[in-house]
Amino acid sequence: MTDPDIPPRALAEAVVTPEALAGLEPVRSVRTPIRLVYDFVPSAAAQAYLRAYAEKRILGHRSPVDGAVFVPPRGVDPRHGTAIDETVDLADTGHVGNFCVTHLPIPGRDDLEVPYVSAWIHLDGADIGFLGLVAGCATEEVRIGMRVRAVWKPDEQLGPTAENVLYWEPSGEPDVPVGRAGNRAWRGRTDG
Amino acid sequence: MAEGAGQRDVAVVSVAVRQEEALTDENEVQLLVDLVNRARNAVGLSQAEIGFTCSGSSDFLAGQAFSFVQTLDAVGAFPPISESHVEMDGAFALYEAWVKLQIGDVDTALVYGYGKPSAGSVRDVLALQLDPYYLAPLWPDAHALAALQARLLLDSGTVTPEALAEVAVRSLHNAVGNPNAVRASAEATPEELLAAEPVADPLRASDLAQVADGGCAVVLAAGERARALCERPAWIRGIDHRIDGHALGTRDLTRAPSAAMAAQEVGASSDRLDIAEIHGPTTSQEWILQRELGIAGGTDVNPSGGALAADTLMASGLIRIAEAAARVGAGTADRALAHATSGPCLQQNLVCVLEGD
Repeated sequence: MTDPDIPPRALAEAVVTPEALAGLEPVRSVRTPIRLVYDFVPSAAAQAYLRAYAEKRILGHRSPVDGAVFVPPRGVDPRHGTAIDETVDLADTGHVGNFCVTHLPIPGRDDLEVPYVSAWIHLDGADIGFLGLVAGCATEEVRIGMRVRAVWKPDEQLGPTAENVLYWEPSGEPDVPVGRAGNRAWRGRTDG
Repeated sequence: MAEGAGQRDVAVVSVAVRQEEALTDENEVQLLVDLVNRARNAVGLSQAEIGFTCSGSSDFLAGQAFSFVQTLDAVGAFPPISESHVEMDGAFALYEAWVKLQIGDVDTALVYGYGKPSAGSVRDVLALQLDPYYLAPLWPDAHALAALQARLLLDSGTVTPEALAEVAVRSLHNAVGNPNAVRASAEATPEELLAAEPVADPLRASDLAQVADGGCAVVLAAGERARALCERPAWIRGIDHRIDGHALGTRDLTRAPSAAMAAQEVGASSDRLDIAEIHGPTTSQEWILQRELGIAGGTDVNPSGGALAADTLMASGLIRIAEAAARVGAGTADRALAHATSGPCLQQNLVCVLEGD
């Protein structure tokens, strides 16, 4: 990221000012802070999802077109531009559809030791991935198809936010074969 | 592009509009699922049959980066579609789609524009479209700038407060029949409006557009495809977009030369105009535009009530085109002008002329 305290390269050299301006301090940069305030109203789908999530329930939306289940629910099947109003309860278990080992810290997450594993968690009953962290095992053990379950925050820390699941830990169940792991909504739903 | 030979016939074949004071339970995606489907279903087109999709919206208004990518969920952009977006009013997205149709490799296009200004402060959001070094840091809000413009008009003797109040009354009366109008009144009088205190002197609340959430979706089609899709296509006989200087101090704010030039390019005055849907975010701006566009006495101006009745930033201009096209399509108008503006104090202006067969 650009450091605002370091002038652009074009200004790194001495600024030569005309004779008439001799003795005046050259202007090297201008700061124009911008602040805008917004009041977001989450959609009905997001509101229901966040309230349920605060009670350790994960809601999805089932597409009226082919029954594909999307999580978190957005009120729409984005493949067809079709409104969805059927809500389903999903398990807090699933498998790792894909993952990434990161060696850079996340600003504001001092509790997170590097390297950490972020992953698309494919909840049982859902057709798309759900972003989360995988922990509770060695980084090198994480693999596509590994079965996981949610580790929730303590009850008193739960709330209507996206942060209620601390991480996903291995459940010890047999892996989902790699060929059947991951996203199903975009490749047809016939393969299980 | 000016009216002229060699141009492919392109028409508005379907429109859907929704505006409300505030959409409290819906996000932009849900708003657009309804609008996009209404516009497509009215002419029996699925997304697979749409050759090009183009939208207009603003991240500053939404408070989110790449917010338009989320609203593509409403379109059904899978398998991947040919798609574009402008950080401008949907009317300018329609211009891009019209150009795409002129190139000739597609016959249909979906255009939409939307905004939820209720989430923030429109007057402050609009300050950020100004010059970032000299003007934006001073945060002159949109109402204050419009008031400077109105002050020039009034003190130069170009217009009277009564004439501006008449513009507001015309909007209030016309808006009564418009289900999307947020502000309407069958009984309003200029005297009553002039009795109110100014909000941004000399402009009163009735001089300033009624902010509304909402959006608009339009389907365009070319040639025989347009005739096959609907009974009476609203043919775009000319569409032109011109821009005046960005620095407000360089302009005569009582004029909008870009609007006059765009109207001339599309041949707006070459024949009788039954209606004109003008995008004027204040009474003074609507008044300036009416003069620059050369709107004559026999033309019904803003039969929908215009932006004064319901103004959805990023959609109001497209809604003007939709309102004009709907009247041409219904046969209540044969020739209509639609106008969209963008930028501070009428800096950018788009004019299009629509005709029935």
